[in-house]
Amino acid sequence: MNKWTRRAFITTGAVVGGGIIVGVAIRPGNRAGKLSPHVTTDGETLVHTWVKLDSNNIVTAIVPHAEMGQGVGTALTQMLADELDADWDLVKFEEAPAISEFANYPLAKGMLLGDVDIPDFVVPTVDGVFMRAAQALNLQVTGGSLSVRTTGAYGMRVAGAAIKEMLRTAAAEAWQVPVDQVIARDSQLSHKASGRAEPYAAFAEAAGQMTPPATPKLKTQDEFKIMGRHVERHDIPSKVDGTATFALDVRVPGMLYATVRRPPVFGGGIAKVDDTKTRAIKGVVDVVQLPPAKVEAVVGGFSSAESVAVVAEGYWPAKQGIDALDIEWTDTANDGVSSGSIFEQFDRDISAAVDREADVAEGDLEAAMASAAQVIKADYHVPYLAHTCMEPLNATAEVKDGRCEVWVGCQSPLGFRRAIAAALDFDIENVTLHNLFMGGGFGRKSRADYAIQAALLAEKVGRPVQLIWTREEDVRQDFYRPAVQSRFRAALDKAGNLTAWENTYVDKHEPVDAPLIPYMVAARDIGHVSSPTHIPFGAWRSVDHSQHGFFTESFIDEVAAAAGQDPYAYRAARLLHKPRQLAVLRRAAEAADWERPLGEDQGRGISLQESFGTIVAQVVEVTVVDGQPQVDRVVAAVDPGFAVSPDGLKAQIESGIVYGLTAALYGEITIEDGAVKQSNFNDYQALRMSAAPEIETHIINSDNAMGGAGEPGTPGIAPALANAIYDATGFRIRRLPLNLIDLQYQVDETDTQA
Amino acid sequence: MAVLTVNGVKREIDIDPSTPLLWAIREQLGLTGTKFGCGISQCGACTIRLNGNAIRSCVTPVAAADGQDIQTIEGLAADDGTRHRLQTAWIKHQVPQCGYCQSGQLMSAAALLESNPDPTDDDIDTAMDGNICRCGMYGRIKAAIKTAAKAGSDRATSDATDDATNEGGVR
Repeated sequence: MNKWTRRAFITTGAVVGGGIIVGVAIRPGNRAGKLSPHVTTDGETLVHTWVKLDSNNIVTAIVPHAEMGQGVGTALTQMLADELDADWDLVKFEEAPAISEFANYPLAKGMLLGDVDIPDFVVPTVDGVFMRAAQALNLQVTGGSLSVRTTGAYGMRVAGAAIKEMLRTAAAEAWQVPVDQVIARDSQLSHKASGRAEPYAAFAEAAGQMTPPATPKLKTQDEFKIMGRHVERHDIPSKVDGTATFALDVRVPGMLYATVRRPPVFGGGIAKVDDTKTRAIKGVVDVVQLPPAKVEAVVGGFSSAESVAVVAEGYWPAKQGIDALDIEWTDTANDGVSSGSIFEQFDRDISAAVDREADVAEGDLEAAMASAAQVIKADYHVPYLAHTCMEPLNATAEVKDGRCEVWVGCQSPLGFRRAIAAALDFDIENVTLHNLFMGGGFGRKSRADYAIQAALLAEKVGRPVQLIWTREEDVRQDFYRPAVQSRFRAALDKAGNLTAWENTYVDKHEPVDAPLIPYMVAARDIGHVSSPTHIPFGAWRSVDHSQHGFFTESFIDEVAAAAGQDPYAYRAARLLHKPRQLAVLRRAAEAADWERPLGEDQGRGISLQESFGTIVAQVVEVTVVDGQPQVDRVVAAVDPGFAVSPDGLKAQIESGIVYGLTAALYGEITIEDGAVKQSNFNDYQALRMSAAPEIETHIINSDNAMGGAGEPGTPGIAPALANAIYDATGFRIRRLPLNLIDLQYQVDETDTQA
Repeated sequence: MAVLTVNGVKREIDIDPSTPLLWAIREQLGLTGTKFGCGISQCGACTIRLNGNAIRSCVTPVAAADGQDIQTIEGLAADDGTRHRLQTAWIKHQVPQCGYCQSGQLMSAAALLESNPDPTDDDIDTAMDGNICRCGMYGRIKAAIKTAAKAGSDRATSDATDDATNEGGVR
């Protein structure tokens, strides 16, 4: 029994013992533009959800999203429980296992139903449910700040509302009363006039025989009871007593430990390995060379090079062993590449503008430039960045009897499972993947390279192996946030109005809207050129927004300065056609008391950035003493449409800001002789408590479509800080990170033409 | 061979005494709450307490801890399972996100409060600066430490009132 609604496929079935199961599969539908990078073939659906109501009145949601600290389980459970009008304490959340398509639907069934013997007459119903729902499950990805926006909005809410409608209908039939008189509340159904009341579970079996409603009625914002309420996250207690199990904590009987090294120059290879000293170390079991692995992931792909691993009785002898190897790497065509040569290449390619592709081009740009009272130009640069998740990359694998079992923390369990099966040349159903808590993800854990290494090692060694990367390997073998150069030209009329905006940058990834600006301007031409390098690309928290947020929100500040106007007022005057953005900007400025006078060494800056469906404005206050910036305070205003979990949203915004601030202050991966120079937290610093600002987050529930939370805090902090430094010192920051810049010796590079 | 006393339990293990304590705790003793983050005492994920002091177990050899008192995150709660006031405060302020660094954060904070029951913001910064949180929860960690400090001083005051002879409870 099933039905397509506008966006979702809803299917129901009865579960033995009197329960109901509902599957909701989402198709790409009208959001395909944004979602299409995540969908690889026609007919593939994006996310899907199963919800079970059992005979004990417990609701269990099983959702394909991984926990990396964002509190996704709790927020999604709130969305389900609210639409279902369930008792919050009777709703549970579980992460879906990495199982794909109908080939493995019995596994899903087993997981949901346990080892229950299903009577024959029920089997067709239940199988039908799983068959259809499992066909829809093709991809489980956590990224793009999508969990609440897709699974939550179209999966959990729809499932909750559909079950509630069926339960009410079932109760109405049983009680012989009109359905609109049946009240659903706190997991109980009641009928006031007759005084009847029974738990949801009493009608689950009957509801399971029904065809689900095509368009279950969803609540409006004013009807929410659990969404928007502060609830404690389910995963936190285990994270304060050491019991939370991360991939690194997995223990398999007979397990060995390993660590690994790949050629320092990307695309390089191994010429020769002398392992004499390594093999003499007590505890070392084997030295193994692994072939290159082709890695495909959410965005792009990269063929990661061959590697050499040391397998030992413990991590420590493996680490000593890898350090004792005498390895000769092959020469590559990229051995002479440096950050300097890469930026020279970017500059050449932007100037040459060969095959420049416009993101948007409208109005007569050249006419506006020619008639301008003032034209300003500037070039901006940001470096490569690594992710440095707190938990170094690791995976545990066991290969025996033609089967592989893997324990890992990752953002794409099904993608990992497929990649591992391909690397081992196994059928996918012979690979089982257990996804555990991730000690940070930030985009890095969408790449399966480390899990493939673990599986290949386990196969070669013939025993379970836990592969743990050193932090040095983690920094030097990342998939990097790309370095980018961005060139701007803007025209202003006599009154200081912005009349033209031109921008050319290198290498577009996603989201497509990242370089666009919200400000009113008659002529604009924003485009990119291709300037490929050998540095592996990776999605890094907020992806292209992390660079373009800094570029565009800094350059609009330059435009305001050239116009001799206040940067907040200048932005606000150009947002009259965007009331939602204007309201967010205004809230941040007001909450930060924009007009309040600051001390002599202090400055204040503002930024506005929309990303992943959420609008964020930030005001930064900074003190610059002896050329050193100290970020005193950050005030953020956030419009996510509606904040399902307000404290969770605040935590995500705080987190995104600190992640972006680390990058703005210190973040730089430099390339020397084709390889990454940095190695660990000593030379690739992270923000520490003493440098962390006070962060205030103000939420605006505008009742627009729900936006993301994990990424939108990140892009706006660097420009707000750079603009605050300009306010404090008059020094315009056009290159990050800030610790490379001596703010005491300032030269104004703005190229102004009269 | 080394003798380690961890969370009050004495254990004899067969290990090269130059091995960092972190790996003895995680692999030999099976206590996985203490985490590996950098291996060079830069991030604090491996923080444990040695005779009450917060130390980085990733660079402290087993030999240096032989016969001394080691406390890990698994030993922070009371023997009856009652959470340490820092753990309670951590939940109240919803501190952890990914949670990976939190064992180390809690052990550094526990050492701080024991030596300095009423720390200033600067004291907290100094004590906690060796512990990186890539999820950036510094504001919440600081707030939770203050909450726990207050809970500690409230308890100390009430202990003193309840039992004037209980010197241990008075600051």
